[in-house]
Amino acid sequence: MAGYKMHVLICGGTGCVASASDTLLSNFKKVLQEKGLENDIQVVKTGCFGFCEKGPVVKIVPDNTFYVQVKPEHATEIVEEHIIKGRKVEHLLYIDPETKERISDSKHMDFYKKQMKIATRNCGFINPENIEEYISRDGYDALGKALSEMTPEAVIEEMKTSGMRGRGGGGFPTGLKWQIARSYASDVKYVVCNADEGDPGAFMDRSILEGDPHSVLEAMAICGYAIGAENGLIYIRAEYPLAIHRLKIAIEQARELGFLGKNIFGTNFSFDIELKYGAGAFVCGEETALIHSMEGERGEPTTKPPFPAESGFWGKPTNVNNVETLASIPVILLKGGAWYSSIGTEKSKGTKVFALAGKVNNVGLIEVPMGTSLREIIFNIGGGIKDGKKFKAVQTGGPSGGCLSEKDLDTPIDYDTLIERGSMMGSGGMIVMDEDDCMVSIAKFYLEFTVDESCGKCTPCRIGTKRLQEMLEKITTGKGTMKDLEKMKYLCNVIKDTSLCGLGQSAPNPILSTLENFWDEYVAHVTEQRCPAGQCSALLRYFILPDKCIGCTACARVCPVTCISGKVKEVHLINQDTCIKCGACYSKCRFNAIIRK
Amino acid sequence: MAKVQSLAELKKLRERIKSNIDLREKGNNIEEMILIKVAMATCGIAAGAKTIMNSFIDELKKEKIENVVVTQTGCMGYCHSEPTVEITLPGKEGIIFGNVDEKKVKELIERYIKSGELVDGIIPNNYKTIE
Ligand SMILES: Cc1cc2nc3c(=O)[nH]c(=O)nc-3n(C[C@H](O)[C@H](O)[C@H](O)COP(=O)(O)O)c2cc1C
Ligand code: SF4
Ligand code: SF4
Repeated sequence: MAGYKMHVLICGGTGCVASASDTLLSNFKKVLQEKGLENDIQVVKTGCFGFCEKGPVVKIVPDNTFYVQVKPEHATEIVEEHIIKGRKVEHLLYIDPETKERISDSKHMDFYKKQMKIATRNCGFINPENIEEYISRDGYDALGKALSEMTPEAVIEEMKTSGMRGRGGGGFPTGLKWQIARSYASDVKYVVCNADEGDPGAFMDRSILEGDPHSVLEAMAICGYAIGAENGLIYIRAEYPLAIHRLKIAIEQARELGFLGKNIFGTNFSFDIELKYGAGAFVCGEETALIHSMEGERGEPTTKPPFPAESGFWGKPTNVNNVETLASIPVILLKGGAWYSSIGTEKSKGTKVFALAGKVNNVGLIEVPMGTSLREIIFNIGGGIKDGKKFKAVQTGGPSGGCLSEKDLDTPIDYDTLIERGSMMGSGGMIVMDEDDCMVSIAKFYLEFTVDESCGKCTPCRIGTKRLQEMLEKITTGKGTMKDLEKMKYLCNVIKDTSLCGLGQSAPNPILSTLENFWDEYVAHVTEQRCPAGQCSALLRYFILPDKCIGCTACARVCPVTCISGKVKEVHLINQDTCIKCGACYSKCRFNAIIRK
Repeated sequence: MAKVQSLAELKKLRERIKSNIDLREKGNNIEEMILIKVAMATCGIAAGAKTIMNSFIDELKKEKIENVVVTQTGCMGYCHSEPTVEITLPGKEGIIFGNVDEKKVKELIERYIKSGELVDGIIPNNYKTIE
């Protein structure tokens, strides 16, 4: 027997594919072939390793060597040095941002040490296009167990014991949702997987679908068995071509082996799955809007009740669950609800996947037990703030969430503590901000997003968010008044109370939370026309420092409105009245003679 | 492929294909594994390292020893004693054995791997891999 002696795992997530992991893969194969090693070394394209910041990432197994930012041309070097000569390629190892040491083994990287992978257990470990690798990792056991050893009621009971709450943002108990869907008798029922994922900056669901599509298919079939449904639908945005491609392959392979289709596992349970494509509107992630969109209607929310569990797709009982919720379910059934509920906090069980982004050293996808503090996530896993800057805030929950500050760093995060602090779990976006970020501009960014994405059905959401955006615009250009701040707060609460769906109800959160946590910053914009973070360009002033200016004229030549005066070799001066604050002179000066404040 | 008709059939299928990712599973707990590295540079291969590697894999399978990873490494610098093999028992320093033939493979498994007994052929370790 021969078999492979080493595996080269290459990240095939969207981020890494964009940074040329495909060419890297073919280069590896080519070099191994040249060296006659193709039967000894297996090259595998996996899903996302989570460590997107430093992609493309390559892991060599069994010694767990972790290479980062690997370029296609590095394939030869890795094969010749590491695989043939057994020497690590030093310059491709990851450097710990704190200690500046090179770390060769993924187990010793803080990024992985503090994580606990349940929903993303197979991402970066298996080849998502090969059902055998999923099966090798206990894949489809949970479905087999449910069908042959458990009643639908027992499955639901297990889900209730687990304490699992929906990861799509609402946090509704999954077991209870299934029980309600089961309670409605109907000839046809539907299981819908919500893969719309519209929050800016979120890519948890995409990574799971790309890295481990079978876990979602298996869970949907389990859900179908539990609630009495034979039809599954995955609503996925068309902008996720790689995820769609892998889902199609996975569905095909699952059908071939009989995990989807008629008489699954030789029982009389049948279940199949179809893909539905969304055009990528944020509001279509809301479950009633999603269902209308699948029916070919406009993607607009409608009032609940009736909840989809009673009357959903084509008026039939429909159970909608999020991708990440589903991906955890096979593990819960195999290891037991009690095991799952032993992880996490009192009211939020299990683990949560976050897309860590912004000004942290290790941008990427992480999964941690509920109750992990923001400090651990940002400073241990995230490796701290980039360029040694100071931490200022962290945005959670995307456009529905809010900004938390320094004082919240040690809060154990779960659904309830985040709401208590004026933010949200949302779907798990987490954007870290440093001292250079202006919180008013951040609030404006999210409001611009909701203005664009509001479906327009309710007046408070359609017009109210627009008014909020205008007030923020006023403030960031130094034209705001203290009265505006008051009005803004009032309007926020009106919109919250009078909007139909979650989009409108939560749209004011980014403003309310920044008003609460960064009040002084708003006041500085309003009363002093000053942006403390130096971000609001309209409020900036450019000055030339007389003792540094050597009179090279570079700034005067670049200024588009010729408002810089001064002769060669003499100190230059900016005319504040005509300066349009474009910053061109600031970037041009090579003597650090121009400052902005 | 035929449809899987029962949980038992699924388990059987898994038994058959599991070895594909075995190495990766073991890599996750590498410090609890017995590590056997066969030097596979030109000199090693010329001296029959490939055969040695395969006989390790076959013998270990016969003996049902599972917590072991057989992998290849580069030239360890003992070309005079090829094929060379480095064996690391969990929590111990790796020991390098030279001139390993098929008989030696059996002896190494029987005596060193199974009971930690040292056998002839140890090469003093004057070379450290960077790990
Ligand atoms: C504006 C809006 C957008 C939403 N977007 C998503 C989404 O992208 N993905 C998702 O799973 N749930 C989204 N939801 C939540 C869904 O309505 C629904 O609660 C969820 O899919 C249920 O699954 P879960 O119980 O597994 O979380 C959104 C809700 C609102 C109000
Ligand atoms: S709250 Fe906004 S997005 Fe939601 S239904 Fe009303 S207008 Fe549409
Ligand atoms: S900021 Fe722009 S407009 Fe103002 S002085 Fe500099 S170059 Fe001229």
